[in-house]
This record gives sequence, structure tokens and C-alpha cells, in this order.
Amino acid sequence: MPEKIFAPWNDPDQKPLIRFQNVTKKFGDFIAIDDLSLEIYEREFFALLGPSGCGKTTMMRMLAGFETPTSGSIELAGKNIVPVPANKRAVNMMFQSYALFPHLTVWDNIAFGLKRSKMPKDQIAARVDEMLKLTRLGKFARRKPHQISGGQRQRVALARSLAKAPKLLLLDEPLGALDAKLRQDTQFELMDIQETTGTTFVIVTHDQEEAMTVASRVAVMDEGKLIQVATPDRIYESPESVYVADFIGDVNIIEGRASKQGEDLYRVDWAEGQAPLVATSDREFSEGQTCHLAIRPEKIAISAEKPAEADNAVQGSILDIAYLGNLSTYHVELPGGMIIKAQTANTRRLSRRSFTWEDTVWLSWTATGAVLLAE
Amino acid sequence: MMRRFFLIAVPYAWLLALFLVPFIIVLKISLSDTALAIPPYVPTVEWGQVREFLSQLDFENFVWLTQDDLYWKAYLSSVQIALLSTLMTLAIGYPVAYAMARAPEEWRATLMMLVILPFWTSFLIRVYAWMGILSNEGFLNQFLMWTGIISAPLTILNTNAAVYIGIVYAYLPFMILPIYATLDRMDASLIEAAEDLGCSRVSAFWLVTVPLSRNGIIAGCFLVFIPALGEFVIPSLLGGSRTLMIGKVLWEEFFNNRDWPVASAVAVILLLILIIPIVLFQRNQQKQAEAEP
Ligand SMILES: Nc1ncnc2c1ncn2[C@@H]1O[C@H](COP(=O)(O)OP(=O)(O)OP(=O)(O)O)[C@@H](O)[C@H]1O
Ligand SMILES: [Mg+2]
Repeated sequence: MPEKIFAPWNDPDQKPLIRFQNVTKKFGDFIAIDDLSLEIYEREFFALLGPSGCGKTTMMRMLAGFETPTSGSIELAGKNIVPVPANKRAVNMMFQSYALFPHLTVWDNIAFGLKRSKMPKDQIAARVDEMLKLTRLGKFARRKPHQISGGQRQRVALARSLAKAPKLLLLDEPLGALDAKLRQDTQFELMDIQETTGTTFVIVTHDQEEAMTVASRVAVMDEGKLIQVATPDRIYESPESVYVADFIGDVNIIEGRASKQGEDLYRVDWAEGQAPLVATSDREFSEGQTCHLAIRPEKIAISAEKPAEADNAVQGSILDIAYLGNLSTYHVELPGGMIIKAQTANTRRLSRRSFTWEDTVWLSWTATGAVLLAE
Repeated sequence: MMRRFFLIAVPYAWLLALFLVPFIIVLKISLSDTALAIPPYVPTVEWGQVREFLSQLDFENFVWLTQDDLYWKAYLSSVQIALLSTLMTLAIGYPVAYAMARAPEEWRATLMMLVILPFWTSFLIRVYAWMGILSNEGFLNQFLMWTGIISAPLTILNTNAAVYIGIVYAYLPFMILPIYATLDRMDASLIEAAEDLGCSRVSAFWLVTVPLSRNGIIAGCFLVFIPALGEFVIPSLLGGSRTLMIGKVLWEEFFNNRDWPVASAVAVILLLILIIPIVLFQRNQQKQAEAEP
């Protein structure tokens, strides 16, 4: 029996934990969130991704209760929480700056929220110890925040926001201050913790790789609007717009005119004197409609001879080679001046690389390797 | 090497010239006897005859301070007045500093100016102005009678109440500024974090804002308490004959009784009393500097 995949967003019987309904937030005349509707389900690890100033923090602050929407409603477990003040919401936030109380020890920081509830003393101690163990901070319980490292502080902030076992945990760029290695470790730690505690996480990040790693679903935002909400693989493999394709990862965009060639198959005329390209698409395009072909560099093969059975093949000369350790990215200039990026794994030693600068090469990809987008 | 020596030597020379030397002179006078002379005490010292001078010293002035209960009462009442007015200054200064720190960014410089503004006029003139405000025919009484709250003027001038008003007024900036500095530096997200974790506005204030402004409160309290303890101008201008403060006693011993040795003894004891809070203050500053992340 196949394991059941976690995908409550596809299940019409599931009730969302959070529901934004036509939420608009204005600061003066400025529209920070623009008529946005969104549903987030229990146990999800939901990532908000988008350029600076697109309204990610504003979304979080509305969930936490620090901002009220100008219009629209926000529901948590079926109840409108807009009138509920921050201290009465079953939502906790891990602040970007951590916001640890500098005058309290690590232990007291974690116990802070518990002490505000009516929990008996011995239960508080037990809960704090549990949190310390979960975040591996036992040794530092008696230290003050300024006596521990950045990574440890970040774990204290996480432990503190988890201590009250909130229905929803908000993380605003939680890993921004960490170096790459620690960041990666912490991402996996976060996923572990999310799984063991069963808490719903909403995470804000600038880092698309981070969003792809940790999230069950990713929302790509721009200027207060949601552009696409989908699982990481769908966001990457089948973006719905050039904006999303361009925002997530590296991509080649070729503009052209579509014409139908068969069931789900389109021909794209893209440059004078070049053979047309073909691509499959389940989206409908009218005859001659302007379209954009998005191709990921790793989907493009590079070869010296023209491949015999490729759906698409173009010729160009190598302009530049970026060596990334495990991968190399070739920048290939086509006769019309367009530059296409192709990526290959470096399975052989650098000195035995088959292509070098100025070599004439063929680039090829399959009809299903590219995504055809209207805009 | 030489440079470092000079760098260290300058502040020490400063301390030596402006604090230690005057203190030794005062200490020397306090160990002398009064005389009808100029200056009005013997022995005076020719620095060549130090041994002879030392043999003539005596501690009777200090003994005298313990015999007349005027002195210890004055010390005690000074401590009481200084302590109480420090608390009152804190009670007024803290909300002011808090409001300043929460005011919109563009107002803060103006508010800060307003706090410092009184320093632009002479301290003495400002205290005299309070005489005009607090006297029986003063502005305050006129205003209160005009509003009908009182029918006969209140006697405020020349009472301890006037002294408290004067001290609180004069030292308020010294309370506001250090507290404002700590509040201004405080990360606003800490309050949000406290609320996020279930605190009401009020409990977030007591559990986060107040503890985090502790250093400012301590600094402000010392900056008010220390000068208030030896305050002379305010009690002598605003206080009455019953206002007992050691600064006033000191003045009277020096200039009315011309008993320099006793006056100096009073000053030496005052300094010893002040050393305790000053040392505590220094320790607090040092601890604060160490705790900075
Ligand atoms: N209190 C405020 N007053 C006025 N404008 C604000 C306020 N808070 C946010 N904004 C504006 O709303 C927009 C969205 O801000 P927000 O902080 O949500 O961005 P963000 O997506 O979190 O960006 P970043 O990735 O840089 O953190 C920005 O243009 C910002 O200038
Ligand atoms: Mg932000």
C-alpha cells in the first residue's frame, strides 16, 4: 500500500487552519497587501517567498496580531481573529532579530510565555526542560543571551516560541543571520522539530533554496499579491508565470509565437532563420500568440555533434564557463546574440573537460523539458 | 610608552589638582583650631615644618560634630530629603523619558532640547523664579485662588515642600536623560515578543521595559541623589528656618560663624557619606559596561 502523501490542500474535506479572505492592508495610501486570499492547513510548513518589500512581514504581523488588516478577515481554526489582541492568540512568532530578553537567562526566556499562562510551576519546569532538550540547549540554561553564540540564540528563540505549543508558529527570516553550513543544519533541525511537534509553521524567507528545502508549499509574492502557491517541485518544474520561473532558480526565457501542432504540443517560432522549437503545454495558446519558453539550465544537454533525436537543438559558441564545483554552467551565445545557460554535472576532472571557450557546440532539450508560458 | 604615560597622567593630574588637593586642604583645616585671624584658624602650615604641624593636629572638631545633635540631625534630614526628592524625580522623570522615547522620531530632538533648555539660564535665577511662583502672593497661589480651588493662599515658600519642588525641578533633567538613553536604545520588538508570549501591555511594561531600563534608573537616581544631598542653594532660598540640610549648616559654619575647622569637618563627613553611593554608582557603571554584548 503506498504511503499517504501529505497534501491537505488537495482534499476538499479538509478545513484550513488559517484562511485569509480578501485581506487588504494599507499604510496610509500605500497598499502593502492587496486583496489577498490564502488557505494554510494544519501541520503545513508554509513558506512565503518574495522580493524585499513585497509584504511578507506584514502578513506575519497580521497573523501574530501586531497589525490589523484594513479590510478582509483572517480566520484561525474557523474563528475570525482580527479583533483578538496579540497576547490572546494561540500563535507565536519567532522574530527576525530573535528579540530575546537580554535581562533573563536562557531558561527564563523559554519559561516567559509559560509563566504568563496559569500553568503550575513544576509543569513549567518540565516543559522548559523538554524544550531545552529539543533544541539541545541544556548546557546553556543558566546563561544570558549575550553569553551564547548566534546559532544558540536562534535556537533559544525557537524554543521560546515553541514552548507554549502554539497552533501556529511564525518564523520571520529565522535563519538570516547564520552562515551557510549552520543554516543548512538548522533547516533540517527545523523540519525535524516541525514533524515531532506537529505544529503548523509559516516561514518567511528571502532564500528560495531554503523555501524549497523546508516547505510543504511555497507562496511566491510580489507587491502584496500572491503570484503562485504550490509545492516546491511544482513551483520549480511548472511555474505559472515568467515571474515565478525567473524568481525561483536559474532559467532561460525565450520569447516567441506559439502555434498548435498537435495534442498539447506547440511550435514556437522565436527567431529569423532559426528552426522552430517545440514544447508540450496543457495551457491553451491561440494561433500566433506571444509566448515565453522557460527552460532550466540543467534540462539542456550540451554536445559537440548535433544530437540525432533531439526535439530541440540550437547551435552556438561558448562564451563563458562558470565552475561551481559540482556543476559547471556554460554560457552559450547563439548566432542572434542571445545567451543560453546550460548546466552539466562535473563527473570528470576539470582538466578533462570536453569543451572550452569559443568552442562551437549544440544545445538540446526535449519537448517536455521546457515550460510554455503566456506571460 | 611615553605617550601612554601622558594619556594616563592627564586625567590623574586633573583629579589631583581639582579634587585631591582641595580635599587635603579641607581635611587639614578640619584638624585645626579656630582663631580670630586671617585665615581664621591655626595651625597654618609652612610646608617646611610638617612634623611640628602634625603634632598640633587634633580631632576635637569631629568630636564636636557628635556632641551637638544639630549635625547628625542635619545629615539625617539631608539624606531623607535627598532620598525622597530622588524618588519624586523618578516618579516624574520616568514617564517623561518614556513618552520621549515613544514619541515620533521627528519630535525627539525637540523634546530633548526642551529638557535641556533650562540649563541655558543660571541655576540661581531659576531658583529665584520659583520664589516668585511659590510665595504667598506668587503665581501659583494667584492661579489656585482664581480657579477657586482655594480661598486663602497656601504657604509653600519657606517650607520643606518648596525644597522638594525646587530639587525635583532642578534635577529632573539628570533623571530624564539617562533613562531616556536606555529606553531609546531598547529594541521595540522585545515588547512585541512579550505581548506575543501572552503579556498584556501593562505586564510587558513591568516585566520587560522596566528591568531593561534599570541601568538608566540607577544612573538617574545617583545623579539626583548625590548633588541633592549636599544641596545648599535650594534649601537656603526656598526652605524655611526649620529646613535642616547639611549644605546649609556648612554654609552657616563657614560664613556666619566663621568656624572654618568645624565647617571643614562637616564637609569631610559629607564627603565620606557620599563616597558610599558614588562607589556603588561606579560599580553599577562598570557592571553595565561588562554586560554590554
Ligand atoms: N508601519 C509601516 N508604515 C508604512 N509602510 C510600511 C509599514 N510597514 C511596512 N510598510 C511597507 O509595506 C511594504 C511591505 O513591507 P514588509 O515589511 O511586509 O516587506 P517584506 O516583504 O517583509 O520585505 P523584506 O523582505 O525586506 O523584509 C513595504 O513597502 C514597506 O515599506
Ligand atoms: Mg520582512
